[in-house]
Amino acid sequence: MDLVVAVALQLAYGIANLALISVGLAIIFGMMRVINLAHGEFLMLGGYTVVVTTNAGVNLWLAVFVLAPLVVGIVGVLVERILIRRLYGRMIDTLLATWGLSLLLIGLVTSIFGASTATTISPPFGTIQIGRFSSSGYELFLIGVTMALALAIWAVLRFTRLGLVARGTMQNAEMASALGVSTSRIYMITFGLGAAVTGLAGGLLAPITGVLPTIGATYIAKAFITVISGGSAILAGTAAGSVLLGGIQGVFTFLTGPTFGEVALLIAAIVLLRLMPRGITGRFFRKSL
Amino acid sequence: MTGGADTIRAMRPAFLWAALAAIFALAAPQMLALFAIINLTTAIALAILALSLALIWGYGGILCFGQVAFFGLGAYAYTIAAVNFGGSTWAILVAVLVASAVAAALGYFMFYGRLSDVYLGVITLTFTLILFSVMRRTSGPDWKIGKSLLGGFNGISSPPLNLPWNPAVKLFPEHVFYVAMAALILCYLFAAWLVNTHFGRVCVAIRENETRAELLGYDTRAYKLGIFTIGAGIAAIGGVLFSQGIGRITPDVFGLYNAALVIIWVIVGGRGTLAGPVIATFALFYLTSWLGGQQVLNNNLVLGIILIVFVLAVPRGIAPTLLGWWRRGTVRPAAARVRRRRNRAEAAE
Repeated sequence: MDLVVAVALQLAYGIANLALISVGLAIIFGMMRVINLAHGEFLMLGGYTVVVTTNAGVNLWLAVFVLAPLVVGIVGVLVERILIRRLYGRMIDTLLATWGLSLLLIGLVTSIFGASTATTISPPFGTIQIGRFSSSGYELFLIGVTMALALAIWAVLRFTRLGLVARGTMQNAEMASALGVSTSRIYMITFGLGAAVTGLAGGLLAPITGVLPTIGATYIAKAFITVISGGSAILAGTAAGSVLLGGIQGVFTFLTGPTFGEVALLIAAIVLLRLMPRGITGRFFRKSL
Repeated sequence: MTGGADTIRAMRPAFLWAALAAIFALAAPQMLALFAIINLTTAIALAILALSLALIWGYGGILCFGQVAFFGLGAYAYTIAAVNFGGSTWAILVAVLVASAVAAALGYFMFYGRLSDVYLGVITLTFTLILFSVMRRTSGPDWKIGKSLLGGFNGISSPPLNLPWNPAVKLFPEHVFYVAMAALILCYLFAAWLVNTHFGRVCVAIRENETRAELLGYDTRAYKLGIFTIGAGIAAIGGVLFSQGIGRITPDVFGLYNAALVIIWVIVGGRGTLAGPVIATFALFYLTSWLGGQQVLNNNLVLGIILIVFVLAVPRGIAPTLLGWWRRGTVRPAAARVRRRRNRAEAAE
């Protein structure tokens, strides 16, 4: 029984972790159909914001929930206005430009903070006992935060005017533009929001992983395949992608160790895309958010 | 159908480049120190990698962000096979076959699933990154293929090349340089030949307009798979030489930084040319080694700026842009003459 609970918790955390690192990317992908290759660096910037500000004496929760999204959100808006805006409609160039941005951000952070780990912070909440097993309280907390975050994004998309206009632009940008919506402004806002959510995710993960200028590379492989397997529906796609791939990774990690967990994840995604080239939500749940 | 004579005629500029490269190969060892020659061997290996991407992206229109995966697989396969066989002759063949087979398998899922460019780029990049994280975990005595340990993040030291079918005679680094130059020239001529054959022209047609090519009756999936597999084989040859240039192969070859480097070489050199990316590789290889030797500017920073500037300002790359200017310079006066004559004729009527 204890084992079942502990394994289920690990599985839930694996899925929540995938959803957390992917959802910001999914917002941008859902809106612009472009993968932001600087996604890992947005996570990294969120982590750095938290580590640097807490070292300067700022409260951890303030740093994680306010400063990290704020800083990375502003970076996102600036990037959209300076770089992405010039490349609307040029998908491949947008990918390449965000890759350039990724290198630029790694270089910039390395120049400022050095290539080694900045001072780390220890995760709050300590450990929780489940019979013979112990689990990190912070991981449980992250599962809760991920669910709350998904709920918040759903509420914004479903009930606000911004959400309505954003959904309209996603479905048919030209039509939205003909009806008087400034699609360029919507793109700017969603890119900024996607970046802010990514910054929050990076900040939340910083106490577990620590930060390095190159830490983005450890996240992006998983985030990318979760988002493209999920398809273009922001929430349903992320949820479907992370449940399926997180589940597969969890099972394989449990059976064979972490090395093949990631390999299984990749193979599952490639086979899935052979069957459903537009991702899960390209085939099922097409009307979902 | 393009005949053999047409293909050869279209290859004239390629023969010129190959001749220049051959002169360079003969002259360089007379002028450079041994260290510089070994360094140059690494650059040549990377140039072959760039050539392979120039072929599949520039001509095949396949957005592969993970070309470095086949390069690294080639290097690993060569090293493991050479350790096991005790010689390099068959190991080189194994390297090319392994990389091509993996590319064919991956390509089948991607092209027959008809994935769009964005998905293709992301899948190939992810493939590379996962190879990176898997190979890093392979340290310890449990991880071995035949006699060769995989070595985790320390990698494996590569056995030197030997004379074909004679493992007793190892090649010295200065000889490996000649082999590398010969490989570069042959791969380049092969690629230049390929893009001028019927197969190559269909690939270019698919790049330009996939639907139209399909309506003309070509199975675009098969052509894409074909050129992708060939590109992986060429990349593997580069990988073999790379393992010779630095003497060992480590998982770092699969890293994000290396994946980005190849893309930058091809972007800077120009898509749709073969010589451009090769020359850009040499130029940027020496730029990054120089940057690595100083403390002021970070390598990533400079490469990031180069990539962004090229995407925004010179999206076609240097070679096609220069070629465009040159053609405008020579062709336009002729066109203007024709237009003047026609105007005069119309006026006379």
